[in-house]
Amino acid sequence: MTELFFGYFALAIVALSLAVVTAKHPMHCVLSMLILFLHIAGLYVLLNAEFLAVVQVIVYAGAILVLFLFAIMVLNVKEELKLEIFIGSWPVAVAAGLALFTMLFATFRSVTIPAGGRATVDYIRTVTHSRALGREIFVNYILPFEVVSIILLVAIIGAIVLAKKKLKD
Amino acid sequence: MVGLNAYMWLSLAVFTIGMIGFLTRRNIIVIFMSIELMLNAVNINLVALSHFIEDLNGQVLAFFVIAVAAAEAAIGLAILIALSRTKAGCHVDEATEMKG
Repeated sequence: MTELFFGYFALAIVALSLAVVTAKHPMHCVLSMLILFLHIAGLYVLLNAEFLAVVQVIVYAGAILVLFLFAIMVLNVKEELKLEIFIGSWPVAVAAGLALFTMLFATFRSVTIPAGGRATVDYIRTVTHSRALGREIFVNYILPFEVVSIILLVAIIGAIVLAKKKLKD
Repeated sequence: MVGLNAYMWLSLAVFTIGMIGFLTRRNIIVIFMSIELMLNAVNINLVALSHFIEDLNGQVLAFFVIAVAAAEAAIGLAILIALSRTKAGCHVDEATEMKG
């Protein structure tokens, strides 16, 4: 059963990410991205990470994609559709990407990792995933957590400063 | 049972597609989406490794990656709005103002 679900999610994720990169209309890119994020959330559920699956749906599909939709309203789609979507030297980039793929594909074949940590499937099932992850964040990773909150604050202020019109004096 | 290598190959495929999109597209919005694609590929890898090692540190890192991706999207789209006021618009090969 797990193989079936993994196969479906993997095929859908690869097909949808190809659609994101090759679609001509930017709106089609964003909508394929939305379905892609939902499939990645499904993959997280397969990996026993329910809290991350929910965060994926709320933050990525709910917040970040809405930002992208607002950004698409800025650009003139009618004119955009008449233009070329790839830059002139795209074969070089595709060759570089395929070279990276073959190199890492061969490398990943030999990866074996011993299990035996604390967070086994049974542990997560008894403690529940959000509590286990919360303990990890608020006990061991409290300083990075605070730093991330400052990064978000700086990003909000920076976005306002960058996007606001210059006032005439 | 699906092994670790299958997840790593899936994340590698998504990462490569995102990288090719980042290097080839002209529209800045789609380039940002390719960056999100690459970050998601890394997240799949982190969560899969954390599941197979049976250690939650990887999932905490994926959580922070999601937070930083949100910040990055906000800043990037603000830059896009600032850039769309110039004559370059949102195409990377037309924004050549800083060329020496």
